[in-house]
Amino acid sequence: MLNIDSIENGIVIDHITAGRGMRVYELLELHKLDTCVAIIRNARSSKFGKKDIIKIEGVMDIDLDVLGFIDDHATVCVIRDGQLAEKKRPKLPRRLVNIVKCRNPRCVTSAEDVEQEFYLCDEENHRYRCRYCEQLLDGSSRG
Amino acid sequence: MRHLIDPLDFTVSETERLLGLAQQIMDRPGDFARRCEGRILATLFFEPSTRTRLSFESAMLRLGGQVLGFSSAQSSSASKGESVADTIRMISGYADIAAMRHFKEGAPLVASRYAKIPVINAGDGGHQHPTQTLTDLFMIRRSRGKAGGLTIGLCGDLKFGRTVHSLIKSLVRYPNMRFVLISPEELRAPGYILKEVLAPSGHPYTEVLRMEEVMPQLDVLYMTRVQRERFFNEEDYVRLKDSYILTPEKLRAAKQDLAILHPLPRVNEIHKAVDEDPRALYFEQARGGVFVRMALILALLGLEPDILREEN
Repeated sequence: MLNIDSIENGIVIDHITAGRGMRVYELLELHKLDTCVAIIRNARSSKFGKKDIIKIEGVMDIDLDVLGFIDDHATVCVIRDGQLAEKKRPKLPRRLVNIVKCRNPRCVTSAEDVEQEFYLCDEENHRYRCRYCEQLLDGSSRG
Repeated sequence: MRHLIDPLDFTVSETERLLGLAQQIMDRPGDFARRCEGRILATLFFEPSTRTRLSFESAMLRLGGQVLGFSSAQSSSASKGESVADTIRMISGYADIAAMRHFKEGAPLVASRYAKIPVINAGDGGHQHPTQTLTDLFMIRRSRGKAGGLTIGLCGDLKFGRTVHSLIKSLVRYPNMRFVLISPEELRAPGYILKEVLAPSGHPYTEVLRMEEVMPQLDVLYMTRVQRERFFNEEDYVRLKDSYILTPEKLRAAKQDLAILHPLPRVNEIHKAVDEDPRALYFEQARGGVFVRMALILALLGLEPDILREEN
């Protein structure tokens, strides 16, 4: 069993669907942090069998919209002074702005310097469409 | 300030008032001949489309206004690398309203975000063509007296035909509609039209392979072109192509007051002999497009303030 130190102040993103941890890391741009970040892949989960976990030292807030888009099953635990201070569940965001790019080569976003924007068109199936060309967001964008 | 980027930008009430105004203009064009005196329409056609551009220009000239613009990207500053955002900022100083056609999907939406004048989407790639949809609705309304309570057959290329998608999205907002989708297997309406538009609307719809089997049910028949290159193989094309060509023989089973529409240009999907049939309304439909655009220009310029108003 691998041991990772618990954190005193920071965030633990738990119950990430196994295999999506790296995508969460990328889209939350955690590589830009200079604090301690741990990604645990394929941790044992009584609920799902396997899960990914990310621990971020010294950061108390993350973009829940980004997390909700990639994995709305995840939970965000805010740790203060070594204690669980708050637990948050991300929601599926209605809009995604500058999180993912439209892959339609005919879309104006491929030629103009404008914000990448998607809207939720089908909540049940977690489907988004480009605000400009209405192209369906490729499922692989979530990782 | 309002724009027209998507056919659903206007509510049903706004659309109905706009089409009512188009009818008034059609009935009494002289009353509107000077309403846009001193106003300028810019036709920004980054992609050539002679018929749409001339329809817009005719609309503004018939309102007593003037037009300026370009008819291809090569003759615009886009060839020097100027962005859509910068182009519309400049044009906002030169004109009072702009109609934009662009090969990039969503370009008119980008323009509307930077414009200081109303922007009309005159077609953005394979995406939207809202003034065509308004023109289709206008003809349906003129021929049937209303847009609701109808059985409409949409025939031909339902997969790639943007006019069909926009028309369906608009018509589901009207009461008691029934949709009959007539197409070969390869060119069926995309899944999202069925799942995200038709199914949630609650309106009944059916998909059929041949128009003959549904002809007697239809109040409106909206024809589109079936292109040979859309088929996977020549054999299928040869087998199916006649099913999507409207002939006087097929029309024998149709209602006497059927309205036959087509966004034009047609190639061979409507036999020339059908042109003489009083139910063939497609050329009249195209003529109506000018009055729709006249009404739209007046509404967006605020010269008919009751058309586009906030509703309770």
